[in-house]
Amino acid sequence: MSNHIEKSQASPEHKEYLKKVRRRKFSILAAQISILVLFFVGWELAAQYKIIDAFITSQPSRIFKTIVNLYKEGQLFKHIGITCFETIVGFVLGTVFGTLIAIVLWWSNFLAKVLEPYLVVFNSLPKIALGPIFIIWIGAGPTSIIAIALTISLVVTILEVLNGFLDVDSEKIKLVKTFGATRLQILIKVVLPSTFPNIINALKINVGLSWVGVIVGEFLVSKAGIGYLIVYGGQVFQLDLVMTSVLILAVAAAVMYKGVAHLQRMLIKSSINRES
Amino acid sequence: MVEYIVEVHNLGMKYQSMNGEINALENINLSVKRGEFISIVGPSGCGKSTLLSLISGLISPSTGKILINGKEIEGTSREVGYMLQKDHLFEWRTILENVLLGLEIRKTLTPESREYVTELLKTYGLYEFKDKYPGQLSGGMRQRAALIRTLAVKPDILLLDEAFSALDYQTRLAVTEDIYLIIKKENKTAILVTHDIAESIGMADRVVVLSKRPATVKSIYEISLSCSDRTPLSCREAPEFRYYFNQIWKELDVHV
Repeated sequence: MSNHIEKSQASPEHKEYLKKVRRRKFSILAAQISILVLFFVGWELAAQYKIIDAFITSQPSRIFKTIVNLYKEGQLFKHIGITCFETIVGFVLGTVFGTLIAIVLWWSNFLAKVLEPYLVVFNSLPKIALGPIFIIWIGAGPTSIIAIALTISLVVTILEVLNGFLDVDSEKIKLVKTFGATRLQILIKVVLPSTFPNIINALKINVGLSWVGVIVGEFLVSKAGIGYLIVYGGQVFQLDLVMTSVLILAVAAAVMYKGVAHLQRMLIKSSINRES
Repeated sequence: MVEYIVEVHNLGMKYQSMNGEINALENINLSVKRGEFISIVGPSGCGKSTLLSLISGLISPSTGKILINGKEIEGTSREVGYMLQKDHLFEWRTILENVLLGLEIRKTLTPESREYVTELLKTYGLYEFKDKYPGQLSGGMRQRAALIRTLAVKPDILLLDEAFSALDYQTRLAVTEDIYLIIKKENKTAILVTHDIAESIGMADRVVVLSKRPATVKSIYEISLSCSDRTPLSCREAPEFRYYFNQIWKELDVHV
């Protein structure tokens, strides 16, 4: 644990090593930024000099104008807000319900065995196919979209979390049993805490799945949200709007993923640090 | 009259499986005196651990009965503390939270029992580590913490199931010494299951040798060693040690 030499008293070799690591980190970042800049500059120039047709490829300057327009009309944050809201509700509910169902299946091995084939079928079914059914049952609105997003992440969560539950070291369970633990105590004291990383991991997977569900839901419902903007832009052949929406989507999805990954690190940090 | 804290009468255990029936234990009789240290050795896979699980009440026997303090056991009993092969300290709990686990589960966490645990931690040099996590402790200290977790619920009898076998050899010798002295100091009755003959002789007042499956009690050795200040390591110097070792080795009848 205390083998590390303090930085202040590091040897010249160590300083040289640290410098090298920093330099490498910097060059990776520089390359990453260059790719992004080159891509957009190339795109813009190619459109300017008519190498590509900006009507069907759009171009960064037009995208920028579209964003400004959307903002001025008060549309920008409305659509982003709706989509993000639906996504967050989708993956949070998917994780919560998935975990709850996994608990039930862990509790009753009989039920788990009985439902196994149904879970397999439901897992392989493309959940998007259920979209029209939800819209008819629940109505064409955010609730249906959330239902689609939730359904996509539900089975994955059940399987991921249940596997985590079943992977819990049986000796750890034996240990609490020697103290006379009830099944509920086994769940609360051993199974849930040791599966916590799995649950958080399911949450992270669900972010991506939830985006798919929400965008498809918005395609189908076509009322509001980034998915609606994309499908609407496509229908009226306004590639500027489509590209803008895709770009916004990419940024929003990346930000949310980073956010959840950060949350995961924060929540699990303690348990990782403890391994040291 | 000798008071027996654990009495095992005509105990038999059969496991059922699709491939048939496994006869693990047959007609086991054993009595353990209060404060005694018993080692159980036997060929691997003979059902040594099954015997401990039965005494702990985790599983119920097919035939026969087990009395603890004269009462037949039903399920896990509060008089028994169980030490498993590994320490199984929960990495998401601090050392203090870990050693309080048994009390929490038995819902006997009171200011008094908490005070008792604090005393144990202080006595055995873990108090300053009480807010650390298991990953920050050495293997030996982790075993100590596991023992304190078991002692916290004040059991009369300790069952040690190959309790040190997950440690490397040097650590194991030191931990064995350490745990032995703690058990003696706390005046507990102990039943140790092991495959290490030297360890079984070093720690025990009596060594019980089990036969191959279905296991029965093959023989029992009263260990009397001429060494002062007995500890598992120091008594390896005793002249009788080799005699017991050879006898038990022959008794185990191991063939490669």
